Amino acid sequence: MSGFALNSNDELARDYLLTPLDRALVVATQEGLPVTAQPYLAVAQQLGISEDEVIFRLEKMKEFGVIRRIAAVPNHYRIGFKANGMTVWDIEDEKIKELGMKIGQLPYVSHCYQRPRHEPYWSYNLFAMVHGTERSQVEERAELVREMLGDACRKHEILYSSKILKKTGLRFSTPNK
Amino acid sequence: MEVLDQRLIDEYQKGLPVSSRPYLDMAKRLNVTEDDILESLDRLTKSGVLSRVGPVFNHKKAGASILAAMAVPDEKMKDIAGRVNAFDGVNHNYAREHEFNLWFVVTAPDQAQLENTITAIEDACGYGVMSLPMVKSYYLDLGFKIQWNQ
Repeated sequence: MSGFALNSNDELARDYLLTPLDRALVVATQEGLPVTAQPYLAVAQQLGISEDEVIFRLEKMKEFGVIRRIAAVPNHYRIGFKANGMTVWDIEDEKIKELGMKIGQLPYVSHCYQRPRHEPYWSYNLFAMVHGTERSQVEERAELVREMLGDACRKHEILYSSKILKKTGLRFSTPNK
Repeated sequence: MEVLDQRLIDEYQKGLPVSSRPYLDMAKRLNVTEDDILESLDRLTKSGVLSRVGPVFNHKKAGASILAAMAVPDEKMKDIAGRVNAFDGVNHNYAREHEFNLWFVVTAPDQAQLENTITAIEDACGYGVMSLPMVKSYYLDLGFKIQWNQ
């Protein structure tokens, strides 16, 4: 199953140390490749290295799971998933792995992560973004998730965003001091 | 949306060929010209249907990042959000309808610098930050199946 492949990839990535060149590549490509016939050559010229080296380093980072994929990244909001809710769940610790994998594979869920509880303020240990065309659909889908989780779920909430205060895309600056 | 645009997204949201001429490879596969592909990608990125064409990094490996939440009184929300946003390492910040009403992502080149940034945010805001690092991912990030007729 693909889930296990990804997990073993994650294990590998823990042992991979980014070289200064890798970091420069992360910075140069994180906002997208230039849309030209030879995008890797354009990046190479920007960094003063060869096209082959760019492709080699990117493949290496892919192999070690630092790069998940090199792809056309759709903006789901623009394609029709106009509503989303951050659902948070208080799941029995012994069941979280099994249930997390189940929820993470649902077609309308993204960003399904286990995170630590902070009792007594915060008892939720599973986060999942639920997407839909409108808020009522998000709610129906969260209810489906609730049913799938059954007795292992003690409580849950849906946190809707009321305002985007800052959104710059994920950005890592160059580590050089 | 043009049929080629939809086909491009369907075929390539999971991955592009990594080669010297990736768009030529795609063109051959989709039976169009390299220029058709470039025009389509240009159209899709300019209109915002694609947020970008490029690598999707595993945040945890390409640097350190964390989800953080704060509970801020409503009347101080604007002020505190401004203080949080002033940090370069903060790249997403959302107001959410909850007692914990400020949710943001902090990134740094490594774990030590990440922790320093969080402490600096607490000092600048006067409120504690609830740190919610990813313990485990259950999301395979394979892209959504898009219903084009929706």
